[in-house]
Amino acid sequence: MQTAVITFPGSNCDRDMYVALKAAFSKEPLRIWHADTNLPKNIDLIAIPGGFSYGDYLRSGAIAARSPIMQEVIKAANNGAYVLGVCNGFQVLTESGLLPGTLLRNKNLKFMCKTVALKVANNDAAYTKSYKAGAILNIPIAHHDGNYFASADELKEIEDNGRVAFRYCDKQGNTNNDSNPNGSVHNIAGIFSKNKRVLGMMPHPERAVDVLTGGLDGKKLFEGLL
Amino acid sequence: MATVRKIKAPEVNEALAKSFGLSGDEYKKVLEIMGRTPNHTELGIFSVMWSEHCSYKSTRLHLKKLPTTAPWVICGPGENAGVIDIGGGLAAIFKMESHNHPSFIEPYQGAATGIGGILRDVFTMGARPIALMNALRFGEPQHPKTKHLVSGVVAGIGGYGNCVGVPTVGGECNFHKSYNGNILVNAMTVGIADKNKIFYSAASSIGSPVVYVGAKTGRDGIHGATMASAEFDDKSEEKRPTVQVGDPFTEKLLIEACLELMATDAILSIQDMGAAGLTSSSLEMAGKGGTGIELHMDKVPTREEGMTPYEMMLSESQERMLMVIKPEKEDVVRKIFEKWKLSFAVIGKITDTGRIILRMNGEVAADMPIAPLSEEAPLYDRPFEATPKAKEIKAADLKTPLRPNEALKQLLSTPDLASKRWIYEQYDSQIGNDTIARSGGDAAIVRVHDTNKGLAITTDCTPRYCYADPIEGGKQAVAETWRNITAVGAKPLAITNCLNFGNPEKPRIMGQIVGALEGMAEACRALDYPIISGNVSLYNETSGVAVQPTPAIGGVGVIEDVAKAVGNAFLVPNESIILIGETKGHVGASIYLREIEGSEEGTPPSVDLAIERKNGDFVRTLIEQGKVTACHDISDGGLYVAIAEMSLRNKIGAKILLPTGNSSPERKELIAKLFGEDQARYIITTANADEIIAISKDVGVSATIIGQTNSSGSISINGEAVTIEDLEQVYESVLPEMMAV
Repeated sequence: MQTAVITFPGSNCDRDMYVALKAAFSKEPLRIWHADTNLPKNIDLIAIPGGFSYGDYLRSGAIAARSPIMQEVIKAANNGAYVLGVCNGFQVLTESGLLPGTLLRNKNLKFMCKTVALKVANNDAAYTKSYKAGAILNIPIAHHDGNYFASADELKEIEDNGRVAFRYCDKQGNTNNDSNPNGSVHNIAGIFSKNKRVLGMMPHPERAVDVLTGGLDGKKLFEGLL
Repeated sequence: MATVRKIKAPEVNEALAKSFGLSGDEYKKVLEIMGRTPNHTELGIFSVMWSEHCSYKSTRLHLKKLPTTAPWVICGPGENAGVIDIGGGLAAIFKMESHNHPSFIEPYQGAATGIGGILRDVFTMGARPIALMNALRFGEPQHPKTKHLVSGVVAGIGGYGNCVGVPTVGGECNFHKSYNGNILVNAMTVGIADKNKIFYSAASSIGSPVVYVGAKTGRDGIHGATMASAEFDDKSEEKRPTVQVGDPFTEKLLIEACLELMATDAILSIQDMGAAGLTSSSLEMAGKGGTGIELHMDKVPTREEGMTPYEMMLSESQERMLMVIKPEKEDVVRKIFEKWKLSFAVIGKITDTGRIILRMNGEVAADMPIAPLSEEAPLYDRPFEATPKAKEIKAADLKTPLRPNEALKQLLSTPDLASKRWIYEQYDSQIGNDTIARSGGDAAIVRVHDTNKGLAITTDCTPRYCYADPIEGGKQAVAETWRNITAVGAKPLAITNCLNFGNPEKPRIMGQIVGALEGMAEACRALDYPIISGNVSLYNETSGVAVQPTPAIGGVGVIEDVAKAVGNAFLVPNESIILIGETKGHVGASIYLREIEGSEEGTPPSVDLAIERKNGDFVRTLIEQGKVTACHDISDGGLYVAIAEMSLRNKIGAKILLPTGNSSPERKELIAKLFGEDQARYIITTANADEIIAISKDVGVSATIIGQTNSSGSISINGEAVTIEDLEQVYESVLPEMMAV
């Protein structure tokens, strides 16, 4: 399994993602710079990490989505590569059109960093197949713009096709307003592409791979790709 | 002397000097040093270099008394930050700094640029920043400005720290009316470097190019250092243009570019442009190297056209660095900064003249000797008055006491003791994946990447103690950081500090400064715990009202194996709760007295440093040996508040027994024991109580079993119970309600 981590100016979870991928696949991920104009061949998984790409000026992820390397990522995704966008990476994926919808400012208008409960909404994708359907995970979030929004039509398509990967929930698994940290529509925390090979999510699975820091609930997400 | 360029500038005279913050005598000294009337730019340089903020003219004499050395200290005060050896070929580099005045005027940018500045101090020396902390003091919650200031400062700290990708792992936040007109925003950065690759600022290599990198220079922050060296009045908001504007994205690029460059051997010396910008950075580099410096101001990258040398030298634009590089490495440096899309310009060279010479369009814009700027900088032995002794307050002096659980609830509902979740959840505390313990613990713990070693970090100060007795308060601030680091199982190594006081020209305030420093020095010596960096912020005073003396201390310690660290939450029911240290029931200057009885009187608890050390070493050894499941130091609010805090996190209950009668004097005694703030105390939980009590007797440490953890969902004292849910409701709702729109 060859993985790669993209670094934009302002990416800041790139090292954490690198460490998590290296541990999960026992192989050094490639490091790709934003200005690169082509991707090495035979990459199985491209990770777009969290951070503040290009300062998140204009709109979170908007400038990164138009960077040279993203044009290559889009091509690779269209050719069936796995692409995982976390936090700012999710924002880049919606801005680049690989995933529908957009990420608005959190409903309380504040940056929010805490560990939240997530429910596995669909476990028929490589990313989620190692979890039981409906499993409740504890995964950290850390974002200012994580309030997922999609039009009614988009939402229907996403739901009808089982494209919701994770929903925010409470400890008992209830998904409602009280267990929705940022105002996301349908409590959506992460969604798949149609072929379920592109996953965008606001929570940080790469921060949940160490029992001493964020717990271990993120590990299986990577293991599912093996 | 070469011709000085005629710029259209105000006439230089004593009146202008005074408007720049120089006194009449200081201006006379300027004339003496120059041998002529300085021009506008030169006067500007003198005024910022001799400002309180840059020259420490009121405190230098007294700062010298602080202990700054130990075998593990690699670099003490005087550089951008202090450096200690943490073993394994690694060094920890850290410093704390204030951004009080700008944060009051413009809370978001003031706080944000405070974070930016302290980060630069640390990565300038070659360290990757791994942790941010902040120590905040605001006015009364009901004061009309408090909410706006809290919300702006917290958003500013988060906005900057979250973006640069350094976790904000802890801090403290208090509220008191003395901060109504002057909030305190103190920020600390800790970084890790290879101990053989530390970068310093002294520029000694004559002829080497001086390189400017980072963001461009604009007209922001001009005279910021002077603004921070004067009292406020009701027109302070007009000083908003002296506050800088931060760009954390550029800072993130600057961190990566500098660390990439530092992995090469191109840099001879490096200095960030902080307070007084290009002026202090160039003067410090040449001054420390005993050399001279020549700068071509037309080569300085600027954001705006038509900037004068005066504006460029005094600008405090952020995210800029000055470095001296090996002449043959210019291309290496240029390439790295071009990659990161940052400005790069060779703006001058190091000379052997002992002078700073600024040129603009071929003409000399300033020409002044460097050494006298620091060597002959004003130094004041300001008159001081010792703080009068406060009166002793005894348990018997308490008013009719509340029931203990009622008092506990009231205390947990005060902003000082209530949960700070509303604040710390706005900070990314986990980025880097090495945060082992964050806000809410006694000390934060950040693992050194790729090792099992961790740094324990804390900031502490109890201003009400310092106000009542600066010497004891200074001791206590240092001792509390030592205790907090000990309580997680780490060995305390060194401290940084931020000395926040009022106007030093008033003998009463100067007495607070001298007293606090005396107490701090005593504690540092007794605990083998030197001061390796810091800053001084004076004139925290508005219309004659000064802040409570606040010598904020940032402590750093090391734990060899982070898996052995303990937290301050009860972990399991049915364990023994042991109190380490003696409880005498000292109620003077306590939170109980202030919040329940409305009295700020009394002497603070005294700190017996020998006992402090003995108790702490005992606790640390027990943690190292794995005999302790949880540990919490006892501080604000005393024993019973500490028990409640330990219960709240995992909702594990506790049954506490301190047998007493029901007479009024006995009830007062019980209140004093539960809420008094005697020092050098810890609460530990353990399954090995008998063994621990036996060891404590052998080593002569006071250890008493005071109760048991349980699964009752409540905590009780002598049979009177309160549910954890009730406590949590109060504890968690205070700040959200206070900050609700």
